[in-house]
Amino acid sequence: MHPAYSVILFTTASGAGYGLLALLGLVGFNHGRASSLWFGGTALVIALGLITLGLLSSTFHLGRPERAWRAFSQWRSSWLSREGVASVITFAPALVFGALWLGFLDEPRWLGLAGLATVLMCAVTVFCTAKIYSTLTTIRQWHQPLTVPVYLAFALATGAVLLMAIASVFGLYQIFQAGLAVVALVLTLVLKILYWRGIDSDPKTRTIEAATGLARQGEKVRQWEVPHTAENFIMKEMGFVVARKHAEKLRRTVMILLVLAILATVLTIPSATLAIPFSVLAFLLAAAAAAVERWLFFAEAQHVVSLYYGTERA
Amino acid sequence: MTSLPTPSSNQKKLGLVIDLDTCVGCQACATSCKEWNTQGYSAPLNDRQAYSASPEGTWLNRIHGYEVKAPEDEQSRIVHFPRSCLHCEEPACVTVCPTGASYKRAEDGIVLVNPETCIGCKLCSWACPYGAREYDYDHGVMKKCTLCVDRIYNDNFAVEDRVPACVKACPTGARHFGDLGDAESKVSRLVAERGGYDLLPEMGYKPVNKYLPPRKRSSEKMKATPSEPETMSEGKSRVDDFFRWADRLLSR
Ligand code: SF4
Ligand code: SF4
Repeated sequence: MHPAYSVILFTTASGAGYGLLALLGLVGFNHGRASSLWFGGTALVIALGLITLGLLSSTFHLGRPERAWRAFSQWRSSWLSREGVASVITFAPALVFGALWLGFLDEPRWLGLAGLATVLMCAVTVFCTAKIYSTLTTIRQWHQPLTVPVYLAFALATGAVLLMAIASVFGLYQIFQAGLAVVALVLTLVLKILYWRGIDSDPKTRTIEAATGLARQGEKVRQWEVPHTAENFIMKEMGFVVARKHAEKLRRTVMILLVLAILATVLTIPSATLAIPFSVLAFLLAAAAAAVERWLFFAEAQHVVSLYYGTERA
Repeated sequence: MTSLPTPSSNQKKLGLVIDLDTCVGCQACATSCKEWNTQGYSAPLNDRQAYSASPEGTWLNRIHGYEVKAPEDEQSRIVHFPRSCLHCEEPACVTVCPTGASYKRAEDGIVLVNPETCIGCKLCSWACPYGAREYDYDHGVMKKCTLCVDRIYNDNFAVEDRVPACVKACPTGARHFGDLGDAESKVSRLVAERGGYDLLPEMGYKPVNKYLPPRKRSSEKMKATPSEPETMSEGKSRVDDFFRWADRLLSR
């Protein structure tokens, strides 16, 4: 599948945003009011900013962005619509939580509840995003049990590293932030490796013979004449598959970036002065890992229609 | 509404039956489809760089050619294979649509895109296993076969012309149009007689359109004659060997 940059930016940026926002909600639920207005305010603005940036960039790949509001209507059947609805609803508890957490609203009783509601809506939104892909039976590499967990794990991991980075810049670094980030990063790495093993061992059972229905006993089918002289939309959108060799290299890149992010996170622990550079570095590494992983998620995905265009198996 | 309509007991299922035995791959159906639809329901169907080295555009019907061959066959069979929307009974292209622009009509099962409400997110094209939806880059919306909904019910046309443009255009009569929900209809009987089949039935989309397999011909394929086993000269003269060699060479 063709990896559209707007979709990669959308899913990674909003993923980190939702991860961070959810963790802020948890912090509020656990500790009550933000200890510092500046820290709390900055973290919230970054979280909501990333989410908004992601949502805006997702509309760039629409043919008719001015009609985007229509996408909120079909939540009964469409995961894309549900994602849109969930992403907008999330702003409500998030803004209430922000006002309570930063002390603009003085209703401490509601803080925990608003925090939890925010956490829940963040998880629901990322879940819906991942479901758009995992429910497409036409793409074997997406229709996988680990597609949704990997999306959730990347959101949590990038959010956790970002929280640590922002906290350290404001002098509020704590070891548990690093611990949480390490756990989330390791979880992400493990899930992604399991995902790759899953798609590699999954037999490619769909064949050009089955798709065309033309082969009798023992016969093979081959594309003999293409239906058009230039590439059409189907070939551009569905025909893109990264070469196996490159995929291997990029998979290794994702794993190395994640391992380096884990190392950088661990290195924040021994010294308070080094916490800032290492936590920022850890965030950059984790964000890079997420972007490459998302690109690969598309580039490794093979659509069943490629069979009609001569692919032997998909 | 992108939820699917509940089918009635005698649900009408309009669709095409495509005879792979008689299709000659002339592209008449694709061309007349383009011509009709660039002025009809889906108008305009874009063309890009129409006069350059690689012209491209949105077409709702594409004709593939496949070669079918077993390893021991000397000759292959060539099959022309038109591919367009199959107006599936369980079309995920419809249910994934976030706007309601994609829908399946309750009255006849035709799957359509409303060009006024489509946002061009392309998700429906990802959900279609058959590559039947093509995005119109100029118009910013998705285009697909409409089963010529603007012809088949058109009172301004003579009755015999109320068929999809592709069916009307096919010079070999390889395309048949009718109600596949009615077991007694001409198309349903054709499917029963000729063993019409579904494309990728295991995907569960339940396509309405059916394909009729190419008929078996007695002389359709020449088997490669097994090459003569190499014989030793077994006491025969060198001259025999030479002639055998020359014979092999000349008969290549
Ligand atoms: S062929 Fe594709 S576009 Fe047509 S109804 Fe089936 S899934 Fe939808
Ligand atoms: S491209 Fe249009 S018809 Fe297709 S899913 Fe998106 S809004 Fe619906």
